Amino acid sequence: MSLGPTPYLVLAAALFSIGGIGVMVRRNVLVMFMCVELMLNAVNLTFVTFARTLDDIAGQALVFFVLVVAAAEVVVGLGIIVSIYRHRLGATADDLNALEG
Amino acid sequence: MIALFAADATVPDIITFGVGALLALAGAAGVVVSKNPVHAALSLVATLFGIAVLFIEQEAHFLAAVQVIVYAGAIVVLFLFVIMLLGVDRAEDNAKPDVFKAWRPFVVVMSLAVGGLVLALAKWDWEATGQKSVGGASSGARSNVDKLAESIFQQYLLPFEATSLLLVIAVVAAVILARRPNFEDELLEDSGEGTQVEVGSTGGVVQ
Repeated sequence: MSLGPTPYLVLAAALFSIGGIGVMVRRNVLVMFMCVELMLNAVNLTFVTFARTLDDIAGQALVFFVLVVAAAEVVVGLGIIVSIYRHRLGATADDLNALEG
Repeated sequence: MIALFAADATVPDIITFGVGALLALAGAAGVVVSKNPVHAALSLVATLFGIAVLFIEQEAHFLAAVQVIVYAGAIVVLFLFVIMLLGVDRAEDNAKPDVFKAWRPFVVVMSLAVGGLVLALAKWDWEATGQKSVGGASSGARSNVDKLAESIFQQYLLPFEATSLLLVIAVVAAVILARRPNFEDELLEDSGEGTQVEVGSTGGVVQ
């Protein structure tokens, strides 16, 4: 319990960066979505770290809310992905250019 | 590297952090690198477990449990379910030219820049206000679940109720998005006589 906040924040920044790189370089929509989850988890880790460092339970309460919103987001996002795949088979992110001008 | 840790960090703390961090980073790398979406989802589980370990290390016991149950349990299973449902559990088609190849150096540079910025903020400016325990103390004699429940069900009761509304909306949206518009017609067309028998037998049960 006596570790300072720095290692946790460094790890969270690394996880967030890896997730961000994943969203940008991967083309499979599902894997991009997983990378978004990765970024959300990095932020959760930051919240918990600050909750401990600043001795404030509100940080953990906020992580709880992030979890709920992430669950809702996954449900809706996967619904959208399912309907995309249903309408055009084998859709990677590059192929989804119906809104392109 | 040793300077990263506080002076009074004990060896078990450092080992626990190291294991959790290694698990999380290896899983994250697996999500980004693996060609197969199923492998990516399983790597995501490793990351989520690693973060759960770090939650326990930081005395967020309830959140660690929820992390494993909701994230590693429900959300990853949902991902795997959709992967299997859509039949995309094969390697990505890399035969096509990758239009983003030229962007990749830019992507790496930008990610490193943002990561460095976050690191710099974490290193020098992490205590923005410095005020402690604004939303209630997280340390003390009572259990973590006790304090978290008090915070959520008293101080943040209205946001909590709002999340229930959000979840209902999400469920309805998922049903509407994933439903086939003319599913019942297709069912009748596809199965022909079988459907009629089924309808008849159902009627029999009702009577």
